[in-house]
Amino acid sequence: MKKIISIAGFVAAAALIGFSLFMDLSDSVNLYLGDIELRGPLLILGIVALVIGIYSLPIDKANNKIINILFLIPVLLTFVVTVIVPFILGIFYSLTNWNGVGFTKFVGLENYVTMFQQNDYIYSFVVTFLFTVVNMICVNVVAFGLALLCSSKIKGTNVYRAVYFVPNLIGGIVLGYVWQFIFNKVFIMISPESMLSNPNSAFIAIVIVSTWQYSGYIMMIYVTGLQTIPKDVLEASGIDGASPLTTLLKIKIPMIANTFTVCIFLTLINSFKQFDLNLSITGGAPTRMLAGKAVQSTEFLALNIYNTAITKTNYAMGQTKAVIFFIVLAIVSLTQVALSKKKEVEL
Amino acid sequence: MRAERIRNNAFEIGAIIIGLVMLSPFVLVVLNMMKTSAKIVTNPIGLPDDLSQVATNFKNVITNSNFNYWNSFASSLIVTIFSLVLVTVCASMAAWVLCRNKTKWSGFIFMLLVAAMVIPFQVVMLPLLSTFRSIQDFTGIQFLQSYGGLIFAYIGFGGSMSVFILHGFVKGIPVELEEAAAIDGCSRGKTFFTVIFPLLRPVQMTILILNGIWIWNDFLLPSLMLGLNGAHKTLPVAVTSFVGSYVKQWDLILSAAFLAMIPIVILFLFAQKHIIKGMVEGSIK
Repeated sequence: MKKIISIAGFVAAAALIGFSLFMDLSDSVNLYLGDIELRGPLLILGIVALVIGIYSLPIDKANNKIINILFLIPVLLTFVVTVIVPFILGIFYSLTNWNGVGFTKFVGLENYVTMFQQNDYIYSFVVTFLFTVVNMICVNVVAFGLALLCSSKIKGTNVYRAVYFVPNLIGGIVLGYVWQFIFNKVFIMISPESMLSNPNSAFIAIVIVSTWQYSGYIMMIYVTGLQTIPKDVLEASGIDGASPLTTLLKIKIPMIANTFTVCIFLTLINSFKQFDLNLSITGGAPTRMLAGKAVQSTEFLALNIYNTAITKTNYAMGQTKAVIFFIVLAIVSLTQVALSKKKEVEL
Repeated sequence: MRAERIRNNAFEIGAIIIGLVMLSPFVLVVLNMMKTSAKIVTNPIGLPDDLSQVATNFKNVITNSNFNYWNSFASSLIVTIFSLVLVTVCASMAAWVLCRNKTKWSGFIFMLLVAAMVIPFQVVMLPLLSTFRSIQDFTGIQFLQSYGGLIFAYIGFGGSMSVFILHGFVKGIPVELEEAAAIDGCSRGKTFFTVIFPLLRPVQMTILILNGIWIWNDFLLPSLMLGLNGAHKTLPVAVTSFVGSYVKQWDLILSAAFLAMIPIVILFLFAQKHIIKGMVEGSIK
């Protein structure tokens, strides 16, 4: 039985794949069903038949290896096609004059040199770093405060946790438009001009929304950390007459130092990558005059890359900026790994 | 004791006030989607006087050609569900194979998957489009402007983290279970699906939630692959496309935002414990 399925699978696969490849290589032969070209669907069917054929091969000895390969292929194939190949191509394209489709010449490091001579890019770099640090501090301070509140002895902490967590469920794009409305139509009732029309207050506006959105999530990580502190340690400090503040500073914070590391790096990386809120709240606006030139005052790096490549269709430059973006994130992540390795050794 | 009670009361009042502040943007959305555009401008925080306006606003938004609510909702649902099922099944298979085979290759593949978690989407997004276009031209399989291509990409991007989380869990499952099944005459593939796969359920829940929230809310990948004005749009893409064409029409924009938010809020009401737990566990690992 297995033998028949296997052979049928292989025959069908050979026919389907062979035929679709033949249609691909010869321009004249092509099958259509209505408007749909059948070449692609036939190829997919062929691959499915091939997998069935291999899976039901009646060999017991080699079976383990076949299963291993079949089970690895889906993740590996998609991963290589969507991450590894584009990543390698991307680094290569940053060294050429790529226009999104092809390139005509290899320019070496020219893109990198030009990039660092552009004021708007340098500005975007600085403002992103500033945002990353300010946002990291705001989110962690608020989140830790909320975590202490939510693990205190008050009633209904579960409800509060859920409520504080809600903003984090909804995508930054939709939330950003809602907040744009709040800044432009609601807050304007108490101030003469919208926060989003001034470069400095627009920056603060993004920090506010980002803290509002993200702190409930980080709070839950702190809550989980605080729950790992043994009850008897806290009781002992209470009996010894330690004030709540002393308990917090001398016991709680040192005991969850690891949680702090996790939260700080998580917020650093996510703030640096901020794109959705940036696009939907300000879209980079308003402009600021810098050395006689107008730059987008709240355009963070992710949005700068997007605008360079997609809006201004300068693909090679956008890709070059993206490579630098990657390098910065890799350095931050490696620092985190190194730090937590060092801590493990100390323990 | 009395001082403590006063402090707890103060904490409780504080917690309630913070909760109200946290929810106030949502309240403003609900209040204003029930008003006409003119009333929003004159009084954005007042109560709506004519509740039937909400039906008019919703009708305008749902039938709008840029937003096309039911189509976008269906697109988001299709993409999210298929991606989640496939990522979970494929990542479970891969994690199991990588964990049970202690060869040089499996170690290398696992390291590659883990290391790739550092790669931000921005650095691969542009070449990804051109790679997909080349494959599409060569094989005739539609990658861009299609659900299939988007789902393929989500398996690729979601796979590495999912394998990483599952790998740690598979390690804890005793190999003896599989050996016993093998002695009973169970083939290796069947052993995985009948013995191991069900045991992975708790950690698969974490992966479903983590990937689900991400895919449902993701904007950049679908906007690049499907296009802002393409035939298919997911909800975040539809909202952006709608806002782009109806600047300052806040009655309609807030109605659209409400309709985009409500599915996930309803889901959260039913499964909040699982969702919070899943998202927190996923981040720590």
